[in-house]
Order: sequence, then structure tokens, then C-alpha cells
Amino acid sequence: MTALLPLSVVLPLVGAALCLVFSRVRALQRTVTLVTLAAGVGMAAMVLARVDAEGPTAVQVGEWAAPVGITLVADLMAALFLLFAMLTILGVAVYAIGQGADGRSVFHPAYLVLAAGVAGSFLAGDLFNLFVCFEMMLIASYVLITIGATEAQVRSGMTYVVINLTASTLFVTVVAFVYAATGTLNLADLSGRFASLPQALQLAIGLSLFVMFGVKAAIFPLFGWLPDSYPNAPTAVTAVFAGLLTKVGVYAIIRTQTVLGLDELGTFILVVAGITMVVGVVGAIAQGEVKRILSFHIISQIGYMIMGLGLFTVAGVAGAIFYVIHQIPGKTVLFLAGGLVEETTGTGELHRLGGLIRSAPVIAVAFLIPALSLGGIPPLAGFVAKLSLVQAGLSAEAWVIVAVALVASILTMVSMTKIWSGVFWGDPDEAPPLPAALGATRLRPPALMTAATLATVGITLAIAVFAGPIFDMATRAAESALDNTAYVEAVMGS
Amino acid sequence: MTDGRPFGGDRSPVLDESVRLVFHTVLVLSVYLLFAGHNAPGGGFSGGLVAGAAIVLRYLAGGRAAGAVPGVGHEVLLGVGMLISTLTGVAALVGGTGFLEAWVFDREVAVLGTVKFTGTLPFDIGVYLVVIGLIAAIVDSLGREADTTEADALDPDGVAGREGTA
Amino acid sequence: MSLALAVCAATLFGCGTYLLLQRTLTRVILGIALLGHGTVLLLQVAGGRAGAPPLMSPDTPGSAVVDPLPHALALTAIVITFGVTAFLLALAYRSWSLTQDDEVRDDLEDRLVARRIDAEIERSQAAAERERSDGRPEGDGS
Repeated sequence: MTALLPLSVVLPLVGAALCLVFSRVRALQRTVTLVTLAAGVGMAAMVLARVDAEGPTAVQVGEWAAPVGITLVADLMAALFLLFAMLTILGVAVYAIGQGADGRSVFHPAYLVLAAGVAGSFLAGDLFNLFVCFEMMLIASYVLITIGATEAQVRSGMTYVVINLTASTLFVTVVAFVYAATGTLNLADLSGRFASLPQALQLAIGLSLFVMFGVKAAIFPLFGWLPDSYPNAPTAVTAVFAGLLTKVGVYAIIRTQTVLGLDELGTFILVVAGITMVVGVVGAIAQGEVKRILSFHIISQIGYMIMGLGLFTVAGVAGAIFYVIHQIPGKTVLFLAGGLVEETTGTGELHRLGGLIRSAPVIAVAFLIPALSLGGIPPLAGFVAKLSLVQAGLSAEAWVIVAVALVASILTMVSMTKIWSGVFWGDPDEAPPLPAALGATRLRPPALMTAATLATVGITLAIAVFAGPIFDMATRAAESALDNTAYVEAVMGS
Repeated sequence: MTDGRPFGGDRSPVLDESVRLVFHTVLVLSVYLLFAGHNAPGGGFSGGLVAGAAIVLRYLAGGRAAGAVPGVGHEVLLGVGMLISTLTGVAALVGGTGFLEAWVFDREVAVLGTVKFTGTLPFDIGVYLVVIGLIAAIVDSLGREADTTEADALDPDGVAGREGTA
Repeated sequence: MSLALAVCAATLFGCGTYLLLQRTLTRVILGIALLGHGTVLLLQVAGGRAGAPPLMSPDTPGSAVVDPLPHALALTAIVITFGVTAFLLALAYRSWSLTQDDEVRDDLEDRLVARRIDAEIERSQAAAERERSDGRPEGDGS
């Protein structure tokens, strides 16, 4: 077990190094990527099984004791996120290979570094390592988002890089503040020392952490970069970003806010959550292109996760955790399906598409299931997630946010209907770029891409089927996150 | 333009000769820093930066004709460096100690006398290679490649259409 | 804590933020570099007062030594800023060679949405105007 946590981070890095060495042999690169990520999924599953059975586990890297050394910690929340993140990363890797998105030799190394960064962010036990792993993930994402070096990608990539970099600078600033105020960066150590700080200082640190991670998670009003930059990247890249990057930001928000335990921020967080939901979904309705609609949806969904945290109850945080879990594969698969539409018809613009339910029923199914789930239709995972959040909101008597969440949910369904009726029903208003896409002939989406998409749909369905046990785990994860004695013991104890 | 100097200027004999004199000395200094890193100021990162400075110097003097590291692409350099560093950590795991835990080798060797090195050395060598690879990549993409496209823009008949392969 | 370091960090942050808000790409990159230096200084300030070098022998009293952790953090932050700045420069160069321009452009789709809304407003205004002048609804106008 002590080997599993560091290996989850280092193995993708070893894979990335091998991919760099083999940068002239694409087949070897693909093999290395798939083998590494499959091993990553296996290790994540073992970590989850172990943590579920025995409680939080910590590893001190280089045997330097906490709080000085580098600590890797897996508690139930981190382990759950890690498993679903790795599954999604593996699925998208297959899709990218099927699409041929790995045309440039830098794709595989960057993709694996991204995987390492995601794993490291979930497992990091102190603020500075969280920063380093976050940066690892973001630097890989900078490379991936501008990989084609086309004019649109460079332009939007520039915005993306500059905004994220500014947020990262803010991160180091907050790290400096925390260190100056408490003399520690270890999260477990911090949770003990934070309460003795003056109230104003506590609020200042809590707010700056929230704002800084808020940029990465794309909450209102810090989301401007997301719908601008995501749609321009290759589909596989956008899909993995949509499923993971903002969610890692949400994870960091949940982790730091539960460690700091600033219930006073609750109302503020709820207000931000409500506005994020509504603004995101209204933005989605205004758009006329599949990937852009979905990009605005990411923002709206972030609002729900933040809402769960803002309630600061076990039920609320459990709902937020379950929401993140179902969003990681759910959001990704929507982009994968959108990518299949683009791949087979040559466009993602709604007015040039139509009738795909006749010509490509497989894509229609792959889109419909996660779309219904996102809209919160029973018995899919999205319904369970939204229901748990609404219940948590009702029991916390936060009527306004519940009402906002329900309205935003209806609007989500409306905008999903827009994609559905634009792409899959009816006829195109204008001719699509590829003449075969007119709806008369049967379209054949590439087999490997379809298989990867359907496999990811399978994951979302599995979350719905096993919603009971997973939600039970999420509840226990929320309990241990809010009352982190076991976490602190695992890190500081031995 | 034909000798591919950066910014298309004339060759400066003073710079050329100084670089020729200094280049190898700087490389030796970088290796010294790499090995000194365990107990004294230095280490893989600073050693690699010094070696990188040598590469940049040579590029400034010789232009794009002077390759960064002959025969090895910078991706390979980066990859090998990363591999060495990460495997050092994994090797400690396999050896039964904690991840990245340092070990010390301190023994009498025939001829050489007492030889001492620690587990941080291979890690540092990896870092050294990564830094050199990174600087070679920077020189390549911001220097050499830019010079080439610039030369294309100024002299379209000579080497037209080379940009697309970047 | 040294006042000089704190003032330096504040100045760097100020200049960096100013440059970051410009539309010219090179200035933005310079701004990010300045911000990075500011945070590194801030990390040093966070380490507390200056002391002896953190190279300890067993008989050095721990309290005489400067806190080494902020330096390790600062070094890591410097490395990351270094790498990212190199990437940004490459990106800026690519952007310049594509557009021969150093400005950060607006998002095209955003402008299209804005134009569509403007056109719609104009059309509805024109329709209202015509209705008023003709006194009858427009049926075959388009």
C-alpha cells in the first residue's frame, strides 16, 4: 500500500518519459500510454478498496516526517475521484488514438503528465504539493490545448494560459500567506493550527483560496476563459479537460474549505453557486454550436458542486462528491459524442446538422443517455446527484438555492433539447460540409472512437446502477472530510 | 544569411573565439556543479542551467548551424532524464525502502580510494539531462526555427516551404 | 520581516498587474514574469527573519538557522515560472508569425453572438418602424 500512492503519480511520469524517448515511434507511444493508464486504473481501484476498508492512508515521501516532508494522502474522497478520473482518462486515450489526435509526438507525453498531475492533485497532502501537481496538470494542458498551433488555438490558448498562470501566481501568494501565518503547509497540520488565527485572517485566507481555485474551477464570475478556449482544442483534449480540470479545481475547493472549516463562508459560496448555475446554463442556451453549448454547461454544473459544499452539512458535501463523481465521466462522454458528430459530419454547428438519429443511431444513443443524466432524468446518475443535493438543501432549509437549482436544471434540459433537436432530429437548414451527412445515407463513425465513447457511457450507467453503494461511500467520504480526525491521524500520527 | 547567424547579422570574431575558448570550460563547470550538489551548493538543476548557458552561447556565436547536442534530439534527452529521475524513486520502492528515500554508498574501491555517493545523485543526473533538454528545446524553437522562418521570409526563393514541417 | 523585501514584492506585484492588463502579448508575458518574481520574494518574506545558512552540523542550534523551507518552495516556483514563460514566449512567437500582430484578440464566437443580437434588435426596430409608417403588417417583406 505504501507503494501504491507514490506509484499512482510516478507511473504516468515514467510512461511520459518513455513516450518522449520513443517520440518517433507512434505505435510504441500508444502502447506505453494504454499500458500505463490501465495500470493507473488498477492501482486507483486498489487504493479505493484499501481506503474503504481501513480509512485514510498516508505516505511520507523519502521518509521525511510530516509536516516537513512531502505527504501523499488518500482518503475516501480522493480515492473515489482518483478511480473515476483514471477510468475517464483511459477511455479518452483510446478515443484519441482512434481519432488520430496524437499526430504530434508531444501528445502522449503531455497526456500522461496530465494524468500524473491529476493523480498528484488528488493525493497531495500539503498546499505546496497541491500547487506543484496542479501546475504539472496545467502545463500539460497548455501543451494539449494549443497542440495544433492553428490560429484559433493559439489565440484562445493564450487567454487560457495567461488566466491560469495568473491564478497560479495567486496560489503561490496564498501559500506564502498561509506559511507566514501558521508556519505550516501540511493540510492535516494546518487544520489544527488554523483555528487559533484571528478571525479576519482566517476569512482572508479562506476567501483567497476560494477565489484562486475558483478560477481553475470556472465559477462565476471567473469562468470567462472556459467557453472561449475549450471548443477550439481537439475533441479528445476538450473532453478530458471538461471531465477533469475543473473537477480537480472543485476537489481543491472542497478539500481546502473542509480543512479550514469556515462555515461563515457558506452563504457566500451558495450565492456564487446559484449565479454560476444560472449564468452557465443561460450562456449555453444562447450558443449555436455543440461544443460551445457543452462548454457553458460545464460552468453551470460546477455551480451544483459548489452548492453542496456551501451547505457545509454531511448531506451537502456528500451530494457534491457524488455530483463530481458522476460528472467526470458524464461530461466527458458528452464531448466525446459531440466529437463523433463532428468527425462524421464535419461540423458541430446546429443549423448545418440534422437527422442524425436516422443516419447515426449509435451516436444518438451515446449522446442521449448522458444528456438525460445531465438534465436529471431518473433513473440516471444525474438524477441521484441532483436529488441528493436538493434534499440536502431542503434539510438545511436553504430554500432559495434549491429553487435556483431546480430552475437551472429545467434550463439544462432545454438546452440539451436544443442540441438533440438540432443534431439528431429534423433536417439541416444549411448543407453540412460533408455531403454524406445529409441524413439519407448511413454514417459510419470510426469504430475505435465509438467503442471508447460507448465504454465511457457504460461507466456513467454503472454509476447509476451502483448509485447506492457509491453514494454510501460519498456520504462516508463527506463525514471524514468534515470531521477530519482520521485524516489528521493518518498523516501526523505514525 | 547563409551561415544562419541569429538576427542575420555579421559574424563577430571576438564572440566566436571567446565561445570556442569558454564552451568546454563551462561544460566542465556544469559537471562539477552536478557532482558537488550533495554536500555543497550545486546540484542537477544549477549544473543543467550552466550547461544550458553554454549551449545558448554556442548558438549565439554559431547560429543555427551549431546543433545543440549532436546526434540526440531534445525529446530524447528530456525523456531519458525524466526516466532516470523517476526510476530512482521507483528503485527505492523496489529496494524495500520508501519512495525516493535516499541511500548512501560509501565504500573502499580498489585504485579509487573511498567512493561515496548517495541516492540523490542519479536523481540529479536525471534533472541535469532534463534541464539541458529543455534549454535545447527552447533554443530550437525560439532560436533556430525562428531564424529559419525569418530567413524564408526574407529569401523566399532559397528555402521556400520549410515552415510547415515545424 | 524585512520591510525592504515587502516593499519590493508589492512594487513587483503592482507593475506586474499593470502589465498583465495590457492588450499587447509581450507586455502580458513581462507582467507574468514580474508577478512570478513578486511571489518568490513574498515566499522569502514568509520565511521570517534572516539567520545562518541552513547547512546544519549537529552542534548548530536550530534557532540560529534560517528557515530552509521557503527557499525550497521558491526554487520550485522559479522552475515552474521559467518553464511556463518559455512556453508562453514560444506561443507568442507562433501567434506573431500567424497574424503578424502582437494583440490579444477577442473571441470570434463571442463577437458573432453579439452581432447576431445587434442584427436582431435592428431588424425588430426596422419592422416596428415600417409597421408604423405603412399602417399594415409586413407579409412579404423579406
